[in-house]
Amino acid sequence: MTNKLSANKLLLFFMLLGALLVLFIVLPLLRTVTSSSPSLLWETLLDNEVRNAISLTFLCSAIATLIALILGLPLAYLLARTEFRGKNLINAIIDIPIVVPHTAAGIALLMVFGRRTFLGKLFGLAGINFVSAVPGIIIAMLFVSLSFLVNSARDGFKAINPRLEHIARTLGLTPWESFWLVSLPLARRSVLSGLIMMWARGLSEFGAVVILAYHPMIAPILIYERFESYGLNYARPVATLVILISLGIFLLLHLVGQNENK
Amino acid sequence: MKTNNPHGHVEIDNLQLNFHSFALKDINLDISAGEYFVLLGPTGSGKTVLLEAIAGLQSSQSGRIVIDGQDITNLVPEKRGIGFVYQDYALFPHLTVAQNITLGLAARNRSQIQHLLPMFSRNGRKDAQRGIKAQLHDTTRLLRIDHLLKRMPEKLSGGEKQRVALARALIVRPRLMLLDEPLSSLDPERREVLQRELLRIHQEVGTTTIHVTHDFEEAIALGDRIAVIHDGEVLQVGSPETIFRHPASEFVARFVGARNIFESKTVQPTMSGTTILTHNGLNISTLTSLSGKLHYSIRPEDIIIAREKLHSSVRNCFEGQVTTITNKGMLVYVTVDVTPEKNQFPPTPFVCAITRSSYDEMSLHIGDRVTIGFKASAVHVF
Repeated sequence: MTNKLSANKLLLFFMLLGALLVLFIVLPLLRTVTSSSPSLLWETLLDNEVRNAISLTFLCSAIATLIALILGLPLAYLLARTEFRGKNLINAIIDIPIVVPHTAAGIALLMVFGRRTFLGKLFGLAGINFVSAVPGIIIAMLFVSLSFLVNSARDGFKAINPRLEHIARTLGLTPWESFWLVSLPLARRSVLSGLIMMWARGLSEFGAVVILAYHPMIAPILIYERFESYGLNYARPVATLVILISLGIFLLLHLVGQNENK
Repeated sequence: MKTNNPHGHVEIDNLQLNFHSFALKDINLDISAGEYFVLLGPTGSGKTVLLEAIAGLQSSQSGRIVIDGQDITNLVPEKRGIGFVYQDYALFPHLTVAQNITLGLAARNRSQIQHLLPMFSRNGRKDAQRGIKAQLHDTTRLLRIDHLLKRMPEKLSGGEKQRVALARALIVRPRLMLLDEPLSSLDPERREVLQRELLRIHQEVGTTTIHVTHDFEEAIALGDRIAVIHDGEVLQVGSPETIFRHPASEFVARFVGARNIFESKTVQPTMSGTTILTHNGLNISTLTSLSGKLHYSIRPEDIIIAREKLHSSVRNCFEGQVTTITNKGMLVYVTVDVTPEKNQFPPTPFVCAITRSSYDEMSLHIGDRVTIGFKASAVHVF
């Protein structure tokens, strides 16, 4: 293999170009992580404001992902398995949040869920406010990241041989049982990776959240605020902490996914 | 596993179905309880769609499907009691062989289904579990797959997958079994073995079976009756004998082909390694290792025809009389009736294909005495 590779100048050239891109990701992250001493990181971790921001970020993203799982998984199945008028339109709509600038998405959400809007008032009656409140963070994250879950789950369902579901029915399983016992277990990997991607995307959201809810502060906004108000040296330890925690969880979920596959 | 129930009488009345650019037109079939019924047709003739319609996996536009007097046309698949085996077997890749086979039983016994759902606890009733075990044992013994139970489907050979798929369908004791090209993804040797297995299992269980194939020899070997289907239409229904001796239309004749297919009841191995099949007083040398009641066929192209006695190494040489000559462009089909000497047997017609030029050279006419010959290896036994 190595012989063949070294003989092929094209592949060598491509490797060089690819390596530049990989370094472009790794180097800044590594620089950030190594620039703060462990004691400084520990000190930052003891900072209540930082701790609250980080746990709020993870919690809100997890709730957003859960909402998308409940509403989006059935949609993904429909898109994969059924033919209906306007299916292409629905597929396109699901992709829109990826292309809309996130601050614009925040404005758009404000137009519907703001304090003076119909929905805003309706939810207000139930005691749920979106502006400068946790529900606002959740819907902002939901909006910008749901595409990842729906698309991944849809592709997972699509990859299942429909004959497996047919056989399940002839064996006496109801459509519900067939979904739980055949379709969902077989799409498990795609659904799981969609969940991880969506959750990770939600964690990193800044633009939409900053419009809807500057406070309570999530980690990306805290980093931004410290950078703006106090400069790089104050923002960096928080950034390092967030990067490390995200990487750790990402790695953990990845390992779980691989074990599942065995 | 002995059910031998007399149920499974299937009537299909005027079934119509549109499927993408394709349609089943006015299908009428009446299949007796316990019958092994073969749907024969080329690829794309609508055989699979018809099976899926019978199983309730495709909805029909009009017509009725009736089993044992019960109209099932609008019944959901899970209430029809019809077993299905696909060409690719469609085993559940995430379940073991045992779980694949017992899924249907678990569905009938709702408390048992939970053991397949990882998020629920295993609290199925013990006696139900024991019942499932007993049935699993019976079925896997019938199909000779006891040793595979703990394996995952991806680790199985094609033949093993087929047996598991059959077991999975049979264990719930369906009124009707639908087999969609169950042999076509196997290599020829294994196909022959499993073809015999299908017959054995059918004899033991007695379930009405509809078997779809594009292979005429498979249809003859298995079918009590055959329906030839083409372009979503049933062209002819009848015994294998009727279909290939008296094709009702040109398509059936062409699809069945000008073939030499015969049945032999006695088989006799010889010292030289060949096996003699006896049929209508003719002794045919073959290279088969099969025994019992057999069919054999010889492709018309493999038979040579000569005016004089053949002096060659071919094992099978017979004298006969030319009865028909059919001109098909480059090839000429000549039928030669062979009657054994001093024998009371009826003549056996062999169809031979020869090239246009050798036909002209020999200047054959109806009524001419000729010699035909074919190698023992040219005889296909099934």
